[in-house]
Amino acid sequence: MSDRPLTRNIDPVAGPTWIKTYEANDGYQAVRETIGQRSPADVLDMVRESNLRGRGGAGFPTGMKWSFVPMGKTDGHKYLVCNADEMEPGTFKDRIILEYDPHQLIEGMILSAYTIAADVGYIFIRDEYHVATRRLRQAIAEAEQKGYLGNDILGTGYDFHLYVHVSAGRYICGEETALLNSLEGKRATPRAKPPFPQVSGLFGRPTIVNNVETLCNITHIVGKGPDWFKSLGLGDDSGTKLFGASGKVKRPGCWELPMGTTIGEIIEDHAGGMREGLALKGFLPGGASTDFLLPEHLDLRMDYDTIMQAGSRMGTGTMIIMDDKTCPVAMVRNLEMFFARESCGFCTPCREGLPWIFRILDDIEEGRGMPEDMEVLDRQGRFIGAIGNTHCAHAPGAIEPLSSAIRYFREDFEQHIQGKRCPYAGG
Amino acid sequence: MSRKDPLIIQPLSSEEITAIENEVSHLPFRDAAAIDALKIVQAHRGWVSDESLAAIARLLDMSIEELDAIATFYNLIFRHPVGEKVILFCDSVSCWLMGGDNICDHIRQKLDIDYGGTTADGRYTLLPVTCLGDCDHAPAMMVGDELHHDLTPAAIDQILVKGNHNE
Amino acid sequence: MAKIIVDGTEIEADESRNLLEVLLACGEDLPYFCWHPKMGSVGACRQCAVVQHRNQEDERGRIVMSCMTPITEGAIFSVQNETASGFRASVVENLMVNHPHDCPVCEEGGECHLQDMTVMTGHRDRSYRHLKMTFENQYLGPFIGHEMNRCITCYRCVRYYQDYAGGSDLAAFASRDRVYFGRAEDGVLENEFAGNLVEVCPTGVFTDKTLSEHYTRKWDLASAPAICTGCSLGCNISVSERYGELRRIHNRYHGEINGYFLCDRGRFGGQFVNSENRIPRCGQRNSDQKFEPRSTDDAVNDISTLIKDAGRIIGIGSARASLESNYALRQLVGEQNYFSGLDDIEAETANLHLRALHSNLGIASMTEVEDCDAIIILGEDVTNHAPRLALSLRQSSHNAARSLAHDAGIPLWHDAAVRGLAQDKKSPVFILTPYADRLDDVSTAAIRLSPREIADTGFALANAIAAPDDTDSENLLVAQMKTVLMSARKPLIVSGSSLKNVEIVKASLNVAVALKKINPETRLVLAGDECNTLAVATLATQHMPSPGESADLMIVVENDLQRHCSPEAFSDLLANVSHLVTIDHSDSRTVSASHYVLPAATFAESEGTCINNEGRAQRSYGAFKSKDEIAPSWLWLMRLAAACDKPSCDAIDDLLHECADAIPGLAGIVAAAPDANYRGHGLKVNRMTHRYSGRTAMRADVNVHEPQQPGDEQSALTYSMEGINQSAPSSVKAYTWAPGWNSNQSISKFQDEIGGHLSSGDPGKLLFSVDTPLEPLLPASTSGKALDLVPAHHIFSSDEMSSRSSAIRDAAPAPFAILNAETASNLDVGQGDGLKCQSGNHHITFQVAIDHNVADDCAVCLFNGDSAPLFLTTADLMRDQDWTAPDTANLIGSDRMSR
Ligand SMILES: Cc1cc2nc3c(=O)[nH]c(=O)nc-3n(C[C@H](O)[C@H](O)[C@H](O)COP(=O)(O)O)c2cc1C
Ligand code: SF4
Ligand code: FES
Repeated sequence: MSDRPLTRNIDPVAGPTWIKTYEANDGYQAVRETIGQRSPADVLDMVRESNLRGRGGAGFPTGMKWSFVPMGKTDGHKYLVCNADEMEPGTFKDRIILEYDPHQLIEGMILSAYTIAADVGYIFIRDEYHVATRRLRQAIAEAEQKGYLGNDILGTGYDFHLYVHVSAGRYICGEETALLNSLEGKRATPRAKPPFPQVSGLFGRPTIVNNVETLCNITHIVGKGPDWFKSLGLGDDSGTKLFGASGKVKRPGCWELPMGTTIGEIIEDHAGGMREGLALKGFLPGGASTDFLLPEHLDLRMDYDTIMQAGSRMGTGTMIIMDDKTCPVAMVRNLEMFFARESCGFCTPCREGLPWIFRILDDIEEGRGMPEDMEVLDRQGRFIGAIGNTHCAHAPGAIEPLSSAIRYFREDFEQHIQGKRCPYAGG
Repeated sequence: MSRKDPLIIQPLSSEEITAIENEVSHLPFRDAAAIDALKIVQAHRGWVSDESLAAIARLLDMSIEELDAIATFYNLIFRHPVGEKVILFCDSVSCWLMGGDNICDHIRQKLDIDYGGTTADGRYTLLPVTCLGDCDHAPAMMVGDELHHDLTPAAIDQILVKGNHNE
Repeated sequence: MAKIIVDGTEIEADESRNLLEVLLACGEDLPYFCWHPKMGSVGACRQCAVVQHRNQEDERGRIVMSCMTPITEGAIFSVQNETASGFRASVVENLMVNHPHDCPVCEEGGECHLQDMTVMTGHRDRSYRHLKMTFENQYLGPFIGHEMNRCITCYRCVRYYQDYAGGSDLAAFASRDRVYFGRAEDGVLENEFAGNLVEVCPTGVFTDKTLSEHYTRKWDLASAPAICTGCSLGCNISVSERYGELRRIHNRYHGEINGYFLCDRGRFGGQFVNSENRIPRCGQRNSDQKFEPRSTDDAVNDISTLIKDAGRIIGIGSARASLESNYALRQLVGEQNYFSGLDDIEAETANLHLRALHSNLGIASMTEVEDCDAIIILGEDVTNHAPRLALSLRQSSHNAARSLAHDAGIPLWHDAAVRGLAQDKKSPVFILTPYADRLDDVSTAAIRLSPREIADTGFALANAIAAPDDTDSENLLVAQMKTVLMSARKPLIVSGSSLKNVEIVKASLNVAVALKKINPETRLVLAGDECNTLAVATLATQHMPSPGESADLMIVVENDLQRHCSPEAFSDLLANVSHLVTIDHSDSRTVSASHYVLPAATFAESEGTCINNEGRAQRSYGAFKSKDEIAPSWLWLMRLAAACDKPSCDAIDDLLHECADAIPGLAGIVAAAPDANYRGHGLKVNRMTHRYSGRTAMRADVNVHEPQQPGDEQSALTYSMEGINQSAPSSVKAYTWAPGWNSNQSISKFQDEIGGHLSSGDPGKLLFSVDTPLEPLLPASTSGKALDLVPAHHIFSSDEMSSRSSAIRDAAPAPFAILNAETASNLDVGQGDGLKCQSGNHHITFQVAIDHNVADDCAVCLFNGDSAPLFLTTADLMRDQDWTAPDTANLIGSDRMSR
């Protein structure tokens, strides 16, 4: 189905799509038509025109990102890295592609690498994705055998070697510069930018890091053209997106839908609405590190800028739904426990500030909260919450659900403190 | 190299060394294979003892401190012995929303261990893990290499009684 | 230069600097932790935050870290606005969350950067009420204490230890709020510069154990600006005292020499001053060979009678005594009777060194060393012989990284980015030594050659450089080194006397001479033997009395002659002398052989001038007045002169002036520091801090009356709290302190630019600037020996005085001999066996360690107080059949010699 390019080969019942089926479905056609046929600059133009924005969470325009790489051949390597670390709580989209259509990613990576003249690629995958890792390795072997990977690809003289690197854990590895440090075999502390990876990335060489879903889109943009890709979106953004919903909805799941699909449609139509007896109280639109939105936001389109204007972020596009029987304080406590635990420990606000926030939330939830705690939460939120205050975006991400919860559910917090107990407990 | 005493260094198996050298072969520096090497040895031995760590450090031309600094950063490098199977229980938000805490309590009671603990029979170690990317089937956990989801206390009883999870 | 606006004021700023450096240099009190002037920025602590505005209209702006912000034309910043200062207060608040608040029992208290920054940001009230994180501490060796609970996770320690000093046994473990800085397990920190952790750590995690043993707060210390006597480099130190004891040695910033860092020999080696080996009073040896105390007057009387009655007097000076003491001796005994006390090789290398200093060969200061981009080390064990220089050479090896970063537009202060870009790329460093070198890890090539081979290679290299281009050398190594040196922007030749080989020094001069003709930027650095070798070599025309030379009286000043001549020569010397008078501060075999002994003051209790390896004269001052009977050697000699009615003086300044007038080349010494008449605003320079406390109580157990403070007629300093420390010229400034800056970080208030020169001038005066070119030197023909006995220096064993400090003794290796397997089998010894070095009736046995990383036919033996003279003669080497290894075999003392 051409309007669901990302999932057209995905059928969990039928199992993974191996190279024969993939090729039969026009797979690697974009590679055959591009490598050695089009100039890298032309491909870059296509990506730029397509208006593709990164699917890893920040929504940065992919074409622009690539354009900062010194083009053409350089002496020494250039690297393309696929971020398959998927660890943002509430996010379950990349795994589906990795497990069921690994060739789609490989094809996207070959095209992307060709564009920036990278000769080595890594897929950085989290350890827990054993099935995906196994299938990726098998798919790479298939692609190598067919001459899509390795030296002198399809006789064009272009070389590209692709390796899978299995991580050893830690959420922060998903942050692209921490990921590069980890790939270098080091502690995964993020790097200060600039210099950006495009200038000095893996092993000090020009490097591009993209999300799995982003790279898969390249296959289709190159295959069917930027205009077609743009036409897929319903609103400002182009293409389709893997959207998801988890929590107490009737049918939690992940669906490929046009960009700009409304939130209401996703929650009501695709996820089937709330379970019996529950009402929607709020939701995180794109993973743990996005601000809460409310039922009043259901009409919004899932577009990067639209969600941004509403005070949140589209993030990974996988929503976490909070029902009215769930205690917002307890939910935020769970989130902050996660963020505090996953701090890399490099910069002060995150390392010291998040555990403090967690302890206050724990006190409030357990009935030990003090009136002045709200002030400390506010102060700490301001201290940690802005990009630039910390060394990387982890800590500001951690503050998004907290500050929005305080904004929207302040009464809940105050009830806990005044009543010295969680009003939801036992409910 | 900082520590040289040959007595404390147990040799790595030739299989381990071959696997590590294979990783080294496509990296520009030997120590860039540090994480791969730790994982390879852990795959063979279940965990990374001080002795194994010293042996890897030597193989990769690193000091023990340089390697341990890396090993202790990552939650999936085990620097203490673990049970035959590690239970990685997802304690992230979607699983929590779906009652993950109760399921985990059930596991704790059943196995009589807390997070970080290993059962008396040495079969299981229980650890929390960040979102397993299976949120539409929450709660979820991994036992060894296997993912289990839509967990209920009854499902837990089944999974952990069988205790047979080879791939 | 660019114009920026800070809090509404326009500032001219250097674009190669980051904003933090610029603001600190402007005198702004901006707090920081993780940034360090020598280690650059990483942006970890977030303490240095300011607000940057996009333009005049942008009132809100955004928080940026000043240490990570480049200077760009027109940039607008707010430092003092509420957003910025509120953020900075929050940083300290959060840093203090897990901090134990144990200032009253913390050694850092009173000079703690964290305390200063807490006050500076205004954080006062604690709202954190939860549990604190706690850690276990480690044993890190005899020098450094460890209290991890005080850690604020600024990462300075590991960045210093690993990235700057090249150590590998200290790391950051774990993550989040559990990051732990330490070793994998308890054990002695291996790096020779570990002591700097004490000053690099902004809180009390790493503290000076030697200070802790008899702890005193910074404000209760009386300090003086001194020169380290540990080696020839003349690092500036601050010596501190309380209750008449040396309490600690800290770095004293010098923009051309040591900068911010010392070596562990210098930092911990001064404790010999407190040792029980000190000579407390005058003594005369009685007929039972025992020393009997004599009063000062009696001793001076007796000795002056000896002087008056003597036909021939010999005076032997010392390379570890001050220039003034040596000059006073020379005055007393007469020029023709004055000997430097150097052995032949020391004297010959010192003279070559002086020739180099008098020539147009550019002698590099350590700061200049750090700017060189290609380095050849010819037969010098820098780390163990002139330790601080090794730290500078390590920095030069990073110049390749810096130039890559420069080309890529990455600012040089952006430490992680510079390292990340360059990966393992290093500037060329060639190390030619007989045994493993501690700098091998940054070398392009580390070649193990015997001393003779090193000299030959050096001469060949010099010839190859001097030769026309087409005559390529057959020797590949020579060809490589030639290429590297010829293509460098600023090449550096490093050599010295550690191998006791004159030919090596000659060869290195020749290389420098040849290269200088091609590239005027060429630099040379030579490591000398002791802190004043160049001074005595300048004063003396003779060095050691020849065997059999007889005298009625021999006066030895601060010299254990056994270290400078063979055991036989030592016996010969004494046999022909009727009376031996020794002036020294510490016991030695020469002291034991003396008829009279006069107790000398150490560097910590007296003033004097040293001339370092660059030919820089520097004045050193004592922190305290020595006990009654003890006096500086020069003063003893002047008292003796007065008692003999010879010309004398009782002011060191007079002696100095006389010396400057009399000795060609030394005219500059008077300019090294202000004299005793110096006053600023009518005041002298105080040694005690303004907050010095308990002066009246200090002696309460002895007498409730406070005695009058001793006066100091000899220098610009006083033993008092009243004075002008802060505005004092750098050469007499006793300690650094500025309002709000109680820690050593206050130094930036006294620099012309961050990490630059001291604003009142770096202390000391370069002598000998004669720009005559040097002609190439001819190699001496050397007789081929089958086996070379190579003296191995060790940072903790080879220096006479520092090796007597208790902490240093704990860190010193047992005597060892390192050989490669082939040499060992030729000598029929194996690992752990005894190797006997026999010279005449004397022998020493070393424990053998086999190491492949040793040149063929070399037996590398530890040079320490006991074994020194043996190496100067041709000892015979053989297996020691009767020898058994000691139980507590610190077998591989050689561990520190190789990585
Ligand atoms: C704390 C943190 C965690 C992140 N984790 C992930 C992740 O697991 N997967 C991912 O693709 N991007 C993750 N990102 C975003 C990446 O840093 C990066 O922006 C992304 O990989 C770029 O790909 P894109 O341009 O294709 O979106 C994370 C960012 C932060 C700050
Ligand atoms: S915000 Fe700071 S401590 Fe937190 S993960 Fe990023 S760099 Fe590490
Ligand atoms: S000094 Fe700038 S962030 Fe630490």
